[in-house]
Amino acid sequence: MNDALLSVRNLSVSFSTYGQTAEVLKDVSLDVPARSQIALVGESGSGKTVTMKAIMGLLHHPPATITGGQIFYDGRDLLTMPARERLKLRGTAMSMVFQDPMSSLNPVFTIGDQMGTILKYADRRLGRSRGKVERMARVHEVLGQVRMRDPERVTRSYPIMLSGGMRQRVLIAMALLSEPKLLIADEPGTALDVTTQAQILKLLKDLVEERGLALMMITHNLGVVRETSSYVYVMNKGVVVEHRPTAELFASPADPYTKALIGAVPRLTGGSGFGRAGAAA
Amino acid sequence: MASETVSAAPPRRLSNAYQNWYRFSRNPTAVIGAAIVILSILAAILAPWITPHPDHVGAVVNFRARHLSPSAEYWFGTDNVGRDIFTRVIFGLRISLLLALVVLGTAIPIGVTLGLLAGYFGGWVEIVIMRLTDVALAIPPLVMALAVAAVLSPDLINSMLAIAALWWTWHTRLIYSITRQLRTQEFVEAAETLGASKFHILFREILPNCVSALAVKTSLDCGFVILVGASLSFLGLGIQPPTPDLGTMVASGSAFLPDYWWESVLPGCAILFVALGFNLLGDGLRDLFDVQEVR
Amino acid sequence: MEFLLFLIRRIAWSLLVLVGLSMVIFAIARVVPGDPARMALGPTATQEQVQDLREKLGLNRPIVEQYGLFVAGLARGDLGRSLLTERPVNDDIRDTFSATFELVIATIILAFVFGVPLGVAAARWKDRWPDNLVRVLAIFSAVTPSFFLALLLQILAGYVLHILPTTGRLPANMEFTANITGLLTVDGLLKGRIDVVLEALRYLLLPAVALAAATMGQIARITRSSMIDVSSQDYIEASRAFGVPEPIRVFKYMLRPSFVPPLTILGLEFASLIGNAFVVELVFAWPGMAAYGIRTILQKDLNAVMGVVMVSGVFFVIVNLVIDVLVGFVDPRVRIRGSR
Repeated sequence: MNDALLSVRNLSVSFSTYGQTAEVLKDVSLDVPARSQIALVGESGSGKTVTMKAIMGLLHHPPATITGGQIFYDGRDLLTMPARERLKLRGTAMSMVFQDPMSSLNPVFTIGDQMGTILKYADRRLGRSRGKVERMARVHEVLGQVRMRDPERVTRSYPIMLSGGMRQRVLIAMALLSEPKLLIADEPGTALDVTTQAQILKLLKDLVEERGLALMMITHNLGVVRETSSYVYVMNKGVVVEHRPTAELFASPADPYTKALIGAVPRLTGGSGFGRAGAAA
Repeated sequence: MASETVSAAPPRRLSNAYQNWYRFSRNPTAVIGAAIVILSILAAILAPWITPHPDHVGAVVNFRARHLSPSAEYWFGTDNVGRDIFTRVIFGLRISLLLALVVLGTAIPIGVTLGLLAGYFGGWVEIVIMRLTDVALAIPPLVMALAVAAVLSPDLINSMLAIAALWWTWHTRLIYSITRQLRTQEFVEAAETLGASKFHILFREILPNCVSALAVKTSLDCGFVILVGASLSFLGLGIQPPTPDLGTMVASGSAFLPDYWWESVLPGCAILFVALGFNLLGDGLRDLFDVQEVR
Repeated sequence: MEFLLFLIRRIAWSLLVLVGLSMVIFAIARVVPGDPARMALGPTATQEQVQDLREKLGLNRPIVEQYGLFVAGLARGDLGRSLLTERPVNDDIRDTFSATFELVIATIILAFVFGVPLGVAAARWKDRWPDNLVRVLAIFSAVTPSFFLALLLQILAGYVLHILPTTGRLPANMEFTANITGLLTVDGLLKGRIDVVLEALRYLLLPAVALAAATMGQIARITRSSMIDVSSQDYIEASRAFGVPEPIRVFKYMLRPSFVPPLTILGLEFASLIGNAFVVELVFAWPGMAAYGIRTILQKDLNAVMGVVMVSGVFFVIVNLVIDVLVGFVDPRVRIRGSR
């Protein structure tokens, strides 16, 4: 064990469907130190999404089975702690930014209703209590933090009334509601146009740095990796094939798979231009 | 679950007959449904040769054998004039199946053509056709048949026409929604670019892609048309006696409830049985072709 | 505001359907082979009497003018005179429609109250016994003719168990005339006659169950598939990740969007429900529109029959309007898009 905020040790997961079992994660280990920004990169099917879901406790059993390993958060193993304890952490201490702003918001409830509900049950799990008015105040506050101009109007809106970029901001705000320490971002903005995605990534990075959060960025896009993380884990076929500081990885990739990945990226001109982050998508 | 592994399925076609047969034979719902349907059709066709008392179809009277309960000789018992109910039920299937055949045989070509036109051309063609379907949807087929019966005369042909005059709307709506999705797909646009005629595009490019949905819909519809037809003859708007008709038998048998229950209950079960067959078949085909949008 | 626009659009739509409906009915009425006046008066009437009636019915005028008169009549709510009862068709239908209305409303309530929870249970325990039970129920309810189910219920509850009445709306010896809404249950409540309400419910139960079964099965089935569909949506997964408890997820986040398909189904199939109501009414001797319709058909009482068809159509259109509004209320996407 080490002093990382999140530490995954030798995690193995298999899926069984129609009587067949497939091992989708093999001995995955990774560390997310407090206040660090790491990336988990890989193609579709590499196991990065399963890793994320295992950490968040979102795998469906069946078909998934965790066949081995530990996931430590703040020194405690999430896999062996009582379910109630674990629920206390989900959406509060560790929170997720969802990928697709078009499909991740419930279309038939207002933003205010959805955020208020999340906050209400987060409070309840943590044994806090807050009145409706205070809850809405907090919702408005967080919407302000994600640079929404008119929080009152946003809370009264249904998702269909907002643009993709605004919805993505709402999704970030949802993750921030209960002041998490760890933010897991699942390719935020991939569904948006390049300019909007760049704004979203910039916002996310600023927020993480301002409040000293740890960020785990899940992506298939090496441009995003370069812009948002200082340490990278590369996954392929359920295995971590390489992990190193970001700059080093780009300078001299060791694993053939990483090389192939980097080779596949259209050349990015240097500098810190976020506008190019989505170019490889 | 690994949402990232989901890939778009290509449009399914009736290509590999063996593969389809294999999947069909593994689907108990479809197999049972098909068995019931085939059995009913065979029984209806072969009725004169397989029924114990084929002469009981007409106005035969045998008062000594009236109201007999089901037995080895009269499987379904006898009715109030001593006719074998089993024989009459098998012959009654003929009317039910004929009704489904005529109604759907009329409604499907009309409905499909209108659906293709509305979905492909859009604009005012779409507006006129789809508003028409809205109107047709608003009239209960049964009530329409009543109205037509009032104007013309209460018989089977008029009832069938009345039902067919409304039934096309369901096929139009189904084909319309599929056509609208297909209109902008590459293979249609390619055909347009190559200068294919509208007729070719509608009937050779788009229609084949509707076949599986249409098969499911038709199978389910057979069941429903039989039910509507039975309701009509129950109300006395079906084929006129003494020709056996399941709905009419339920109605006339109900006068002798509950003592001679078999006279209405068993013909009723026969209607249920046939409708069940078509429904199971349709359900099975829906799973087989994976066309969830068809009800 | 957007809701108002949405509503106006839907009402305009409904009016259009009604115009179409009036044309269809007019067309049927004029398809009569032979002379409606001669038919009404019978073969013994003199040529002069027939001419008189033709004049009175406006049959000598041009067809467009006749349609105009027909529509004007409809707009005034005047459906003409019944040849059978020799009363205005309006009065006849008003007297019988309330019974049909009460039956249909009870049916819809039953279908939803049982269909939706069954669908939710089937989706929650997918591929387990509740799901299989619902599947079997749905299939059998879809393939059982409603008149047959009505007969079976009558035999079982009426003749075998003797627990429920099998015909009519109220016991013959019960004195009650309120005619406030025409619905016995509501009128009974308004007049404070609980005994009437209870009896009315007892009489209502069997016909309503017979009529509701098919719709209930459909609703259960469609609720099941839409719950399953919604449960795999990203937003449900997201609410799970944010720690929203399962009951809230199922009964709030999943159920509300899942409500739209069953409502839509009810709207689409409402016509066949009215059709079935005719047969069910006949079996239970329910004094509704059906008995009137069938009696008048046998007498070739054209005005009455057209009135019955028109009222069925209007009933359909109004129910669908209500459903559209409900759908718009449940799903903001519909009313926001629908208002544009």
